[in-house]
Amino acid sequence: MSDSIHVSRQFDEDLSGLRTHVLEMGGLVEAQIRAAVEAYATGETGIVKDIVENDHRVNDFEKIIDDETIHVVARRQPTASDLRLVMGVTKIVTDLERIGDEAKKIAKGARRVHEQGMLQIPRATDVRHVADEAVVMLRQALDSFARLDSALADAVIHADAKVDAEFKAIVRQLITYMMEDPRTISTAIDIVWIGRSIERIGDHAKNIAEHVIYIAEGRDIRHSGKEE
Amino acid sequence: MPTNVMPPLKAEARDLSFHYGEVRALKNINMPIYDKKVTALIGPSGCGKSTYLRSFNRMHDLYPGNRYEGEIRFYPDNTNLLSPDVDPIEVRMRVGMVFQKPNPFPKSIYENVAYGLRVRGEKNRRDLDGKVEQALRGAAIWDEVKDRLQDLATNLSGGQQQRLCIARALATDPELLLFDEPTSALDPIATGAIEELVHELKQRVTILIVTHNMQQAARVSDYTAYMYLGEMIEFGKTDDIFIKPQDKRTEDYITGRMG
Repeated sequence: MSDSIHVSRQFDEDLSGLRTHVLEMGGLVEAQIRAAVEAYATGETGIVKDIVENDHRVNDFEKIIDDETIHVVARRQPTASDLRLVMGVTKIVTDLERIGDEAKKIAKGARRVHEQGMLQIPRATDVRHVADEAVVMLRQALDSFARLDSALADAVIHADAKVDAEFKAIVRQLITYMMEDPRTISTAIDIVWIGRSIERIGDHAKNIAEHVIYIAEGRDIRHSGKEE
Repeated sequence: MPTNVMPPLKAEARDLSFHYGEVRALKNINMPIYDKKVTALIGPSGCGKSTYLRSFNRMHDLYPGNRYEGEIRFYPDNTNLLSPDVDPIEVRMRVGMVFQKPNPFPKSIYENVAYGLRVRGEKNRRDLDGKVEQALRGAAIWDEVKDRLQDLATNLSGGQQQRLCIARALATDPELLLFDEPTSALDPIATGAIEELVHELKQRVTILIVTHNMQQAARVSDYTAYMYLGEMIEFGKTDDIFIKPQDKRTEDYITGRMG
């Protein structure tokens, strides 16, 4: 991507506004996941209500950024790296919005788990660990977007396999708990759903990293099969 | 789906340089012109794109002190269009040109189109009528002028005049059509009509078009070449040039950045 500035300063401002909003949205989404995982790990579920409310802000960001994107397309007819940026942003925003939905699901799941009072049985620390990894993936994906750093984006893509594997391990272990003591089934299933949400966050972070590589290099590496 | 099979060549610049007296306006240009495709030449003012375009029909021969080096190979017969042995008049029968500003002759619509045919020695009235109609149809203007072929061409609207000039160029059945910013004097509707026409014309003729309007290059062309200071910086499929150019200078130009 070129480091020169546009002849039209307004165009530069439009694009940098777009970038800033994506990063702000990413920061908000990251905070949502952290709060949801915290609620799960600590049992302090008072915050769940705030997380659910805050999801509206995530959705508003999606609409604002989409609106800015279409504005740039209509008025500037972006080309080359500018075009890739604008198209990439619309896709990144979709992934961020879905991560926001997953954070909301984790928060609600945490509340159910703690209301049932069965958390001491399975896997609280494992879930937290994999959640931390997914959050790191998201943050690195956003950093790679901010700097258009393909190498970092590539690292995010590779990290996804680990998150997937850890999710599967959690499921296997929860299954053994459920077989040993059917009273744990209800809670264990809620925890599976939470793990599933975290695994999906990893997938979305990976998607974002793929969009970053497209923006930076014009290379479409989606569905290239290595990770699938 | 992307394919890397290249279409056959219609023409090819080989180490083409051009001098206006002491000024070297084109520097060692190598570039393919693919058969029945539209190739757009883009670049800032003074980059040599019009000079390059005009080399294809030997327009520079009209002024003393101009000098070519290198070749423009024309296929399938592999003629060097720039060879002194090749008659420029014959070249212009095979390579038509349409200019920025519509420039119909101050004659009737009919005579404008028949002009090239008469130069070529066509005399039979019925043949002339047929070819004039065919050319006017080819330029998508027949329905607008068929009832007033003897009217003065200069009374047509700008967009119609430009299509008439295209008909005039088509009348001699050229193999390559050169367009030098053909729509810069036209409104968006007339521009759209010309662009649509370019799209239809490439069924039977190869087109090389100079345009300052990058969106136009993106809309009408199959291949795009970016020129700067007399050099060919980058040539490629239009989609590649507009989505993923390889050279930073191309990128800066088409995204409107200062180099």
